[in-house]
Amino acid sequence: MSTVSATTGRRTGRRPQWLTPLLLGLPALAVVLLSQGYPLVRQLVMSFQEFGLRQQFGQPPEFVGLRNYAAVFSDSVFWVVLARSIVFCAVCAALTMLLGVAFAVMMTRLVPAVRVVLQSAMLLAWAIPVLSSLTVWQWLFNTRNGLVNWVLVRSGLDQFDRYAWLLQGTTLLVIAGVIVIWMSVPLVVFMVYASLTQLDPEVLEAAELDGASGWQRFRYVTVPGVAPVLMLVGLLQIIWDIRVFTQISVLQDAGGVAEESNLLGTYVYQIGLGQGNYGMGSAVAMVMLVITLALTAGYVRSLVRQGATA
Amino acid sequence: MSAPAAAAPVAPVGRLSATAPGRVVRSRSQRVRRVVLQVVAVLVAVLWVFPIYWMVNSSLQSSADLSGDPHFWPSPAELGNYSRILSDATFWSALRVSATVTVIAVAVALFSAFFAAVALTRFRFRGRTSMVITVLVIQMIPAEALFISQYRMLDSWGLINSVLGLGLLYAGHSVPITIWMLKGFVDGVPADLEEAAMIDGCSRPGAFLRITLPLLAPGLVASGIFALLASWNEYTLALVVMKDNSSATLPLWLARFNVANEATDWGAIMAGSTLVALPVVVVFLIVQGRMAKGLVAGAVKG
Repeated sequence: MSTVSATTGRRTGRRPQWLTPLLLGLPALAVVLLSQGYPLVRQLVMSFQEFGLRQQFGQPPEFVGLRNYAAVFSDSVFWVVLARSIVFCAVCAALTMLLGVAFAVMMTRLVPAVRVVLQSAMLLAWAIPVLSSLTVWQWLFNTRNGLVNWVLVRSGLDQFDRYAWLLQGTTLLVIAGVIVIWMSVPLVVFMVYASLTQLDPEVLEAAELDGASGWQRFRYVTVPGVAPVLMLVGLLQIIWDIRVFTQISVLQDAGGVAEESNLLGTYVYQIGLGQGNYGMGSAVAMVMLVITLALTAGYVRSLVRQGATA
Repeated sequence: MSAPAAAAPVAPVGRLSATAPGRVVRSRSQRVRRVVLQVVAVLVAVLWVFPIYWMVNSSLQSSADLSGDPHFWPSPAELGNYSRILSDATFWSALRVSATVTVIAVAVALFSAFFAAVALTRFRFRGRTSMVITVLVIQMIPAEALFISQYRMLDSWGLINSVLGLGLLYAGHSVPITIWMLKGFVDGVPADLEEAAMIDGCSRPGAFLRITLPLLAPGLVASGIFALLASWNEYTLALVVMKDNSSATLPLWLARFNVANEATDWGAIMAGSTLVALPVVVVFLIVQGRMAKGLVAGAVKG
């Protein structure tokens, strides 16, 4: 054994220790720098520049300091969009976690056959591409002969006859939220269920013998036992739901109202690529990036902590 | 009616029988609760799978059937919607674009991430931990926060509407997660195996190629498929980069087809959605167990 480490020691001793890993990491570094690092720097620069239509036709962009940010922060539309994004994110993430944890706990108490049925349904909903599910949800909520309106009218709610869900910001966001929750719950179910099955059943039984009620056992034994996973999954939901784009964008394109339903992502798209105001769009995008990174810090910290305890 | 009251007097016995596979004797109300729970679970399953059922169901019906009251069962089932989609040149063009972009993205991501994962697992160097954290953070940068400058960059390089440009962006987005997954798999192969091969006369790269690489094949397949699914399903960057209909990827094609045909041809839209989903769902179902394991392995062994 000692000879082996001696030879490896000599081998690596010939060249600097950091050279081999650097060379190995170079291709990945190049790809990430090219596709994300460089655009990130460019966008940061652009957010301090006057960069609108005139600049696209050859005028050199002019540095304007914080003017773009000042314009963004003094625009009431931005604050409305930001508030809407936060509310949308909070509602979707909370409901996703609530349903996901409830279903995962339920899954631990199912007979095998029923469990397989529930797992298969969740797996299918998780696997389906977002655009496929978006088209069918649009069809379900179709104004003229969608199933949802038909069922609502049949149940006596006549006001839903030919109800146009996408023509109001709130109802468009409700549909988007339903879709987001529907497709996010399966991952929560699977991750929480996996960690629930790792719990030591003897601890739960001991609590039961000590007289703890079902709710107390859940609250004081189960929840702390799976807390790291709950934190992680919950944070991921928040990070994903604050940046939701596809659902909103597709529903808007399918004849929905844009102004009343914009969230941060579609707002950046509209200002930057729609209206060609790259400077201001970049400023909003930077705000969005900072929010995401702040949330990510929590994600990374809990991952590192998990890694340390595992 | 709660359990502890019944269990408490016979504590030691109850404890033994509870840990046995046969489980405890239940009261009548507990049995009822248990049955109700199974029923609720089936209802949840039906609710969750229903949109997918409705997609397939609608895709098998004629326009006439779809325009009136809903039919919950396609009778008679007809394949006219599918033949309309399959004879549509724009569908095949989108399929080709998606396939090309995905191949580029997966090849670049897998190749570069593999070496980076080896660097992170087999070498100890200064800044290694900060490298790992950087990888994690980059992974979380949303496409929505960068697409303006990514669009500008590709535009100035003449790469708008190009599979190369979109492939590069997809590869960039897949590299961090691929490194993360592969790191877990490389960690799973003990370095002792390589050292043993080196005692037998292999060089260090030789030992790695002959011993570790074959053991990593499942990990490479799993992370490759993960990158494949991500590129195949991606919508945001495709929307930004692929402006022309002739360069649309499948998700873009589906969205535009939907907007163009809404209120006239829901059967065809549902057939298109089903065709886009089918291969993805099949691949996903085959690899999901391994994928979850890879993610967990990467996540736990920070």
